[in-house]
Amino acid sequence: MKKIVAIIRPNKLDDVKSALEDVGCKGITVMEVKGRGRQLGITESYRGTDYCIDMLPKTRLEIIINDQYTEQVINAIVKSAQTGNIGDGKIFISPVEDVIRIRTDERGDKAV
Amino acid sequence: MADAILNSGDTAWMLISTALVVLMTVPGVALFYGGLTKKINVLNTMFMSLIAFAITSIIWVLYGYPLAFGGDIMGFIGSPANMFLGVGVDQLAALAPTIPEYVYIAFQMTFAAITIALISGAIVGRMKFSSWMAFVVLWISLVYIPIAHWVWGGGWLFQMGALDFAGGTVVHINSGVAALALVLLLGKRKDTNLLPHNLGYSVIGAALLWFGWFGFNAGSALTAGGLAGSAFLVTNTAAAAAMISWILIDYLKTGKPTLLGAISGAVAGLVAITPAAGFVTVQAAVLIGLVTSFVSYFAISYLKSKLGYDDALDVFGIHGMSGLWGALATGLFAAPFINALGTGAFYGNPGQIITQIIAVAAVAGYSFVVTLILGKIIDLTLGLRVDEKQEIDGLDTNLHEETGYRI
Repeated sequence: MKKIVAIIRPNKLDDVKSALEDVGCKGITVMEVKGRGRQLGITESYRGTDYCIDMLPKTRLEIIINDQYTEQVINAIVKSAQTGNIGDGKIFISPVEDVIRIRTDERGDKAV
Repeated sequence: MADAILNSGDTAWMLISTALVVLMTVPGVALFYGGLTKKINVLNTMFMSLIAFAITSIIWVLYGYPLAFGGDIMGFIGSPANMFLGVGVDQLAALAPTIPEYVYIAFQMTFAAITIALISGAIVGRMKFSSWMAFVVLWISLVYIPIAHWVWGGGWLFQMGALDFAGGTVVHINSGVAALALVLLLGKRKDTNLLPHNLGYSVIGAALLWFGWFGFNAGSALTAGGLAGSAFLVTNTAAAAAMISWILIDYLKTGKPTLLGAISGAVAGLVAITPAAGFVTVQAAVLIGLVTSFVSYFAISYLKSKLGYDDALDVFGIHGMSGLWGALATGLFAAPFINALGTGAFYGNPGQIITQIIAVAAVAGYSFVVTLILGKIIDLTLGLRVDEKQEIDGLDTNLHEETGYRI
């Protein structure tokens, strides 16, 4: 099992959701987060003074899937969230030790 | 001056003008400043304008009006002899003989209130609310009232022939310089960035200021006629010209026009045309508006950082400096065929510019020194500044136990 964490543009959330649905991935957890990347944010100008706005609003998705769907899900996110510009975000993948469905007490692949 | 006969057209226009100037402070200034502050201080910022309006309203009917506009005593202050209760309902105003004195009292009250509300923009984010209320009482009593008397109420600058149609010296230089004095006493904030938390509020506030300014400037004709119409048109013209020139500066400096620049320019243009509104031609208004953005922009982007004062929302930069330019421009451009009361240097009266300089120096000097003294007295008794923890956590929760945003 894998945990996929994706940081995306907030206005790309709807596109990503439907792309995930198309590949059969239904369960997601979404968080509104703030952060910055290598570029350290963007510049805004007020009354002639430039300010670096380095904490930009982003959307963070968390998805748990079985191993064989990993590439499919990654492709879906990349295709639907990509604009080609700085600020498109990142995807992080890590192994998951176990999953438990609280309602039925099922474990492992069945619980995903 | 017209004959002392009640004119219902004039009276109707002055009632409307009075309400328009109320709109400038509550909610105009409150929204304009509220949007520019941090979101943790938005309520405190708006509240300072509202409480200033309420306190000034009471002072004005208790003793403010007679001291500012009562019979002159040695050029310095009005006579308290004819206190408010002595005014009859149908009595006409001595300085506006076609409207009831009550209407004139209300109209002038709104000017006092907006002047003190404007000062609040400089000191946002760090002043105790109790000290602000004390400051409003002292400042209206000891700074605004004498200066209004000198320039408008028959005092020494009035007698000298200083031209100030709607408040370039009385309102804008006065508030701008007082703001500067107060921030010098208060010191810098921990975080001096100007990052508007809701620029949309400020756009609404500036739009209400622009709209209300027609009452402010065209209302200062005190009659509903050609002079009010001329003041109305030059007011709009200068605001538009200044908005365009501020955006041009934005383009030259950063390559992009900014909305904050546009509304800052519009307000600067409105400030600059204020003393000149009932004296100058439309052509002069274009020039006054175009130039004033450069004056205020220079003050904000160069003078402020060079001298290091923390004028949070640029009250001195916009009201003080554009007020200064407007007062001097009135001495240059006042055209006798617009208003027989004013002839400027370009129409054969170079002495007017000297009179204007004296008026500016007297108002700025008095306002700066007395504000420093009043501020120092409050600092030594109540204390001017909130403690560091309150400043960092925000004034809304600490001083008012409220927050602007639940979301």
